[in-house]
Amino acid sequence: MIKFDNVKKTFRRTEVLKGMNLDIKKGDRIALVGSNGAGKTTMIRCLLGEYTCEGQVSVNGMNPREERKLVLKDIGFVPQLPPPLKMPVGQLIEFSASLCDADPKQMIAVSERLGLDFEQLSARPFVKLSGGQKQKILISIALGRDAKILILDEPAANLDPEARHIFFQLLAEKKDEAVMLISSHRLDEVAALVNRVIEMDQGLVVLDDRVEDEIDLDSVLKSEIRIKRVDEAFAKAIKAWSFESENGTYWQGQVAGPDRLRFLGVLSRYAAILKDIHMEEHKK
Amino acid sequence: MKHLWLTAWADIIESLRAKWFIVYTSVFGGIVVLLFVFGITESRIMGFTGLTRLLITYIQLTIAILPVFVLITTVRSVAGDREAGVFEYLLSLPISLSAWFWGRFLGRFIVVFLPVFLAMIGAVIWAAIKGADIPWGLFLSYTGLLLAVAWCFLGIGMLISSMARSSDIAQGLAFMVWLTFLLFLDLILLGIMIREGLPSDTAVILSLINPLQVFRTAAMVLFDPQLVILGPSAYIILDHFTETGYIIWSILYPVTLGTLSAYAGYYLFKKGDLP
Repeated sequence: MIKFDNVKKTFRRTEVLKGMNLDIKKGDRIALVGSNGAGKTTMIRCLLGEYTCEGQVSVNGMNPREERKLVLKDIGFVPQLPPPLKMPVGQLIEFSASLCDADPKQMIAVSERLGLDFEQLSARPFVKLSGGQKQKILISIALGRDAKILILDEPAANLDPEARHIFFQLLAEKKDEAVMLISSHRLDEVAALVNRVIEMDQGLVVLDDRVEDEIDLDSVLKSEIRIKRVDEAFAKAIKAWSFESENGTYWQGQVAGPDRLRFLGVLSRYAAILKDIHMEEHKK
Repeated sequence: MKHLWLTAWADIIESLRAKWFIVYTSVFGGIVVLLFVFGITESRIMGFTGLTRLLITYIQLTIAILPVFVLITTVRSVAGDREAGVFEYLLSLPISLSAWFWGRFLGRFIVVFLPVFLAMIGAVIWAAIKGADIPWGLFLSYTGLLLAVAWCFLGIGMLISSMARSSDIAQGLAFMVWLTFLLFLDLILLGIMIREGLPSDTAVILSLINPLQVFRTAAMVLFDPQLVILGPSAYIILDHFTETGYIIWSILYPVTLGTLSAYAGYYLFKKGDLP
């Protein structure tokens, strides 16, 4: 479906992609990881036809630079940094839907599933929204259309736990029909969403591995945590996951299935005061 | 075509909310208001005498402000959008590069031309209310000139935006271009060049290819058809062009220069990295 064949990209004298080879097939959900400067963004921009490069990039046999309209019609993209657009949210949705021949109502429906009050936001300039709201609008535009390839650059970084869970559900609905390329600095952020991990370093693919994808993207883990004593820092951290407690030592809440690793990562910081953890998987 | 208009409309909406547009509109609207307030339209004996003096003063001020305003705001917002990630996101949507580039050009043209034009319309409405004669011929000629100048400097601005990778460099280049045109606007400088042995034909050609000078001379022709103000050099213009011919040149040449510059900008944009 997507092929990188000896792709090289040089900026002035710096070679950022050094002959990259990659084959992505239908059904692949890829975590694209690597440190800053590894070449992830450059690779994505070559795939979107935004950068000229040496070698060959093809999407369904087409060159994204030469046949950009046909290629990009099938690609939903969420950038890491939202663009500072001054146009109202409603117009951004209309504009994007018109360009993609999509139904704006579908995009609005996705934004409402993610917890946005679209009617209230539609007249507000996009740039004035909070980081999380911007991210949700961009996700709505990418997922509210018939995209066969989803390119998501740190997509859930600004989302609250509830929105993350809905976002995972939305991805679960697309997982059989779309290729997903999820870029992140940290594997634990996206590990549960993917079935393949590609690590880049200095412009080359240094790891290409399949991963276990038993985790149901749609599941939730009902969780109970007991701690030895009331702890202010722990309470603040656990409340960010929408957990509740009456006495400050027994906490209840739920965690989105794909978020379990991230959640356990947070708990590990408080290992000294943890008394009991119980997590049980349920289909929401 | 649909995508071109969508992009143009999106650019208009973006610009209407930008700070530079508020300043830009205030400057041109403010000039007309100030010209009325300070009585440019009136004579001490006869009171309100019509719009001719106001339009002439307005066009002289526009020569000074419009080109640099159009150049700087265009390169700043286009190159700034590229730096801020607007290109990265919007160009990931399925739109052809030609619809994107020319849509932005068109949207931007409407945005830079309309305030200047509407300020003149405002003056005309005021004159009509006062019952004064409206110099329609002069009004139409000035509209044509303003349109040509806005188009010309917008095209040059789009070329600079495509050439420069950062808004700082783009602004610097835009300023240099404007300064170069301004330098050759100076008749003293041209006089010195001729005294130092520059053939007079070269000096004439320099004047005829400098869009600022073309605009300035055309504005003079409109209120001083014999170009008495220019002295002997008026003969060259009037002998070669005639009055009407020069007005046509002063509209066609900047439009052609702007279109060619914009096309060169489009070529560079299409061939290079987009964000």
